[in-house]
Amino acid sequence: MTMIQTQPQEPTLRESRNTSEDAVTFVTRDVTVHYGAKKALDNVSLDINKNDVTALIGPSGCGKSTYLRCLNRMNDIIPGCRVSGRILLDGEDVYAKSMDVVHLRARVGMVFQKPNPFPKSIYENVAYGPRIHGIARDRAHLDGIVFTSLEKAGLLGEVKDRLHEPGTSLSGGQQQRLCIARAIAVQPEVILMDEPCSALDPIATAKIEELMDELRINYSIVIVTHSMQQAARVSQRTSFFHLGVIVETGETEQIFTNPIDRRTQDYITGRFG
Amino acid sequence: MSNGVEPMPNRLPAGAQNPVSAAVTASLKRRYAAERRFRLYGLLAVVFAALSLAALVFTIVQTGLPAFSTTMVRLPVTISSEAIDPAGTRDPQTLSGADYQKVVRDALAELFPDVTGRSQRRDLFSMLSPGGAYELRNRVMADPAVIGSRIEMLIPVADDIDQYAKGHIEASSKGIETRITDDQAQWFARLKDRGMIESVFNTRLFTAADSRSPELAGIWGALVGSFWTMAVTLVLSFPLAVGAAIYLEEFAPKNRWTQLIEVNINNLAAVPSIVFGLLGLAVFLNFFGLPRSAPLVGGMVLALITLPTIIIASRAALKAVPPSIREAALGVGASPIQTVFHHVVPLALPGMLTGTIIGMAQALGETAPLLMIGMVAFIVDIPSGPLDPATVMPVQIYLWSDSPERAFVERASAAIIVLLGFLIVMNVLAVVLRKRFERKW
Repeated sequence: MTMIQTQPQEPTLRESRNTSEDAVTFVTRDVTVHYGAKKALDNVSLDINKNDVTALIGPSGCGKSTYLRCLNRMNDIIPGCRVSGRILLDGEDVYAKSMDVVHLRARVGMVFQKPNPFPKSIYENVAYGPRIHGIARDRAHLDGIVFTSLEKAGLLGEVKDRLHEPGTSLSGGQQQRLCIARAIAVQPEVILMDEPCSALDPIATAKIEELMDELRINYSIVIVTHSMQQAARVSQRTSFFHLGVIVETGETEQIFTNPIDRRTQDYITGRFG
Repeated sequence: MSNGVEPMPNRLPAGAQNPVSAAVTASLKRRYAAERRFRLYGLLAVVFAALSLAALVFTIVQTGLPAFSTTMVRLPVTISSEAIDPAGTRDPQTLSGADYQKVVRDALAELFPDVTGRSQRRDLFSMLSPGGAYELRNRVMADPAVIGSRIEMLIPVADDIDQYAKGHIEASSKGIETRITDDQAQWFARLKDRGMIESVFNTRLFTAADSRSPELAGIWGALVGSFWTMAVTLVLSFPLAVGAAIYLEEFAPKNRWTQLIEVNINNLAAVPSIVFGLLGLAVFLNFFGLPRSAPLVGGMVLALITLPTIIIASRAALKAVPPSIREAALGVGASPIQTVFHHVVPLALPGMLTGTIIGMAQALGETAPLLMIGMVAFIVDIPSGPLDPATVMPVQIYLWSDSPERAFVERASAAIIVLLGFLIVMNVLAVVLRKRFERKW
């Protein structure tokens, strides 16, 4: 789904931070995913750098969401899904027996395509994660976490007077920022975002993009997006997926201005997909 | 895009009829006629259904409504010490064993000094319900001080006289075709002239259990029996069914075994209820030796019948919770059980409760399986617990509608009205719950 903008802008490219080789959060090698008999991902290898926004782009059905959901093992709940290959989070194998999936998901937060706040109050939405993980020492500490998370998600100003109204009463863009606040309330290392703006209007999208830029100071972000402009605006590194394989990975600026592969060139210029 | 098809001319010369438009016009008429016809069929079906329902309810109410009032005689009764307690000891045993029937009969005979013959006297006394004597005894036992005084008592008339008073049966001089004689009719008229006949609200209907005399019979015993039975059913079926639904829907692996279980649960919902009654008779009564006619066993059998209903409704409610909620919970690191109990079950609960209420309403109206386990017995005592012999509302209706007395038929209809009232309340509750907690995502 591409975003509709009234005025198409020239993608503004950001300088990517200089990331040294050791500042890598996820190392993935030869990741192959089957849904039943169907192969969705074929030998995908990719590194996710710390404090970068990594954008995964590609046409529908190319496997980018599948790849994203491997990183926090959300694919586990899909019946018939098999994952092979190696996914290392700070050197730990995500699919190892010793890896506790609940702990993993606390370390790797996720924001979904459609805003999905719990049908509870705004406060409860954010407090839920810290509460089940036992992060907060007492009520005051929990309040602090909730306020900080809402603040970081840029939502506090809009909701501080109605923390006890249901989260579902917010607008779509606010709901998505609430979901981001909920994700960062458990202080993850990585935030995965699966097309977080596809259900939002341009203004709400702009807010979320701004937010991503602030969040990457503390977190690593992986975002799946169908909007090339968005990838160009928010990410430092971009990976182009096509038919279950990675065609090209590189600095965002290089991918968008000087792609190596012919297919990348075709996709970013809108010739297919 | 050109794909080899000639583009349609979008403008025709003046006067020429567009062939597509003509075809549409021709078929439109047919299509609208079909729609009108279908609407008419639908309307007719609704009207027919509504009329049938109205006729049914009307007959029941018409038959049952008179049962809510009853005819009483206001009779001055002299409670002489000689008749009740000749020794004057006021010993409860003596008081309890005294012949109150005679006291009441004497009071009536006093009003009709002209009635002397043996068979005439028998006819006269049969106009009063034996309930009068029981009532008098209760009064004397409660307060022995009334002995020796003259009190006024409201004594129910026998059911046939009551039916005669309501105009449902007629007196006939032949005396064969009807249940009251000309003499009785004449005595009744005399009582009425003296202002001693009163038509009052039939409180006994709501306070008494079953009785051989229709005028003394009530539904309270059956209602209490139904209450205990439903309580057992609810306590057994709700947790079991909801637990089974949660396990099957959220935790069970999807394999051949769970599929088999699922198919069997759906099949169980379609098994005739009397089969469950036979099962209860064979297993609960004969094998485990549980008490016969007890609400405990009735509740257990009805729980088996409602289990599939609640399981199916609960699974549907769980399925209706959007996967995005599960993903959201799992995404912040909730364990599967936290996801289910913190998020999915609370959202599915209204649906589960609706299913439970519908299942309970179904169980409340169930008769056949309870016949098999002996809840069809004639029980005059109000059950005080789930182990006492009891009957339930639908079985009471079945028993009464099976009786020849006109007054029992009337009471059967009254019981149906009460049962329907309960069922309507339960169904309304289910609808309200659904509306109240309905969520939009």
